Amino acid sequence: MQELVVISGKGGTGKTSLTAAFIALSKKTIICDADVDAADLHLLMAPAIQHRYDFTGGGLAEINREKCTGCGLCRTLCRFGAIDENYGVDPIDCEGCGVCVDLCPEQAIDFPVQTCGEWFISDTRFGPMVHAKLGIAEENSGKLVSLIRRKTKELAGEKGLDLIMTDGPPGIGCPVIAAIGGASVLLIVTEPSVSGRHDMARVADLATHFNVPAAVCINKFDLNLDQSTAIETMAAERQMPVVGRIPFDPVFTASMVRGQTVFEYDGNSEAASAVRHMWKILKTLPAMKYEVGG
Amino acid sequence: MIISIASGKGGTGKTTVATNLASAIDEEVQLLDCDVEEPNAHLFLNPDIRDRETFFVPVPEIDKAKCTYCKKCAEICRFNAIAVFNQTIMTFPELCHSCGGCMAVCPENAVFETGREVGVVERGETGSIDFTHGRLRVGEAMSPPLIHKVRSFIRKDILNIIDAPPGTSCPVISAMKGVDFVLLVTEPTPFGLHDLKLAVEAVKKLGLPRGLVINRSDIGDQQVESYARAENLSILMEIPFDRRIAEVYSRGELIVNEMPEWKGKFLELYQNITEMAG
Repeated sequence: MQELVVISGKGGTGKTSLTAAFIALSKKTIICDADVDAADLHLLMAPAIQHRYDFTGGGLAEINREKCTGCGLCRTLCRFGAIDENYGVDPIDCEGCGVCVDLCPEQAIDFPVQTCGEWFISDTRFGPMVHAKLGIAEENSGKLVSLIRRKTKELAGEKGLDLIMTDGPPGIGCPVIAAIGGASVLLIVTEPSVSGRHDMARVADLATHFNVPAAVCINKFDLNLDQSTAIETMAAERQMPVVGRIPFDPVFTASMVRGQTVFEYDGNSEAASAVRHMWKILKTLPAMKYEVGG
Repeated sequence: MIISIASGKGGTGKTTVATNLASAIDEEVQLLDCDVEEPNAHLFLNPDIRDRETFFVPVPEIDKAKCTYCKKCAEICRFNAIAVFNQTIMTFPELCHSCGGCMAVCPENAVFETGREVGVVERGETGSIDFTHGRLRVGEAMSPPLIHKVRSFIRKDILNIIDAPPGTSCPVISAMKGVDFVLLVTEPTPFGLHDLKLAVEAVKKLGLPRGLVINRSDIGDQQVESYARAENLSILMEIPFDRRIAEVYSRGELIVNEMPEWKGKFLELYQNITEMAG
């Protein structure tokens, strides 16, 4: 079983549109949306939810005013400034460390476990999909990403599916680290701008740091050919193959508006042929060498 | 005043709006790039960096001569950053949230703190812009402490513009909490709309005044506009898709410099924000 994780560093380079396009090209595939913070892949996959589960994170301090004697120890101990002078706890500032809970001399602080999101197993027209929704302003996105990747793998095993196609989050922090560990190959989608290049360098360093093989796709490569060349040079220095050069093509936006992959919307478009070509190359990468249908 | 520029979805133009707004305003202004995972504002502003500070968060270390392996530190830690087996104790600094619980609970005073490098904070200036940003160390998972560190340089006497990270979870909240106004930037596509809705819910949860910029306003569909109308979310600026703007951006240049007609539009945006923030 192989897993291709699509990441980018910079947001908005086209991760989700490309992930959806690969899904349309592959067979015996399971879909995983690991961008749990601002998940968008479902807008193209139209998943029919089969199972829904709560995601519980850590606890949150809750001070019982009847037992509290106002000694102030919790306020001294809390390093996150989450307890105000009236012993109210700010749920956004509370880190869930439980230090106040354990050390309150009156045992006046409860620590109820929080439901901070939900996750789903769904059916789509392309196969099963595991996805999630983190609650607004919640923490633990990395844990939720790890959870749904583990569930995707289990489900792929049960159903005898060969390929996990994972749409990753932007950035290089906690959810991205959780999304790339143990992946077969990362596809870094970048764009030819100083920002795209800068952010690609950082996420490429992250891939190297965690020892995960990576390939590069330059989306909208024709918007700035100088920057595209600079990206190619940078990829070569890092021994990361550039597997795709996708032209700027409004067909991606048009297909998104229809809730379709680019192949369903216009399989003959220039962008669609470039994606098809990239998919062929991706499949021959050493880390991906196995029988992927399509 | 503090304005946070946020979006939900990445790549909608937060940095474009933040850097051009800061450059359009003639008075002294500070730009704080809180997208510490992928900071980009410096690429457009090219500030002269004067100060560079490595930022650490406290993590525990154990004085083995004093430790009696009582396990109290491991028991209080909700993040599994300390493990004790028989006569062995191990710390996992990368899992530590720096709550200090282990140190507070140890009866032998055997826990002391060292630092885990989270990243660097760099400060500088360009023209009338005071510039501060954080760069998360590659491999570091937790960005909020570094975002708080960047925000500690906010100046009360001038306008502060925060370039926030994408998403709606803890890093963005760290970049929005307690500001005077949140300017949301989106694009009129299904992805842009979906993530805008999440961002609006987050801003509502924080109870902050807000407004909207629609970037590449002539692509996609009309759904963002309808949503904004229904939500009573004021559309303060629309930036059409223009290949010239895309090229200026791709070279790391500012629209207000290369296409001067935009300077007035950004000033008008600032004026509207000032009125709405009260």
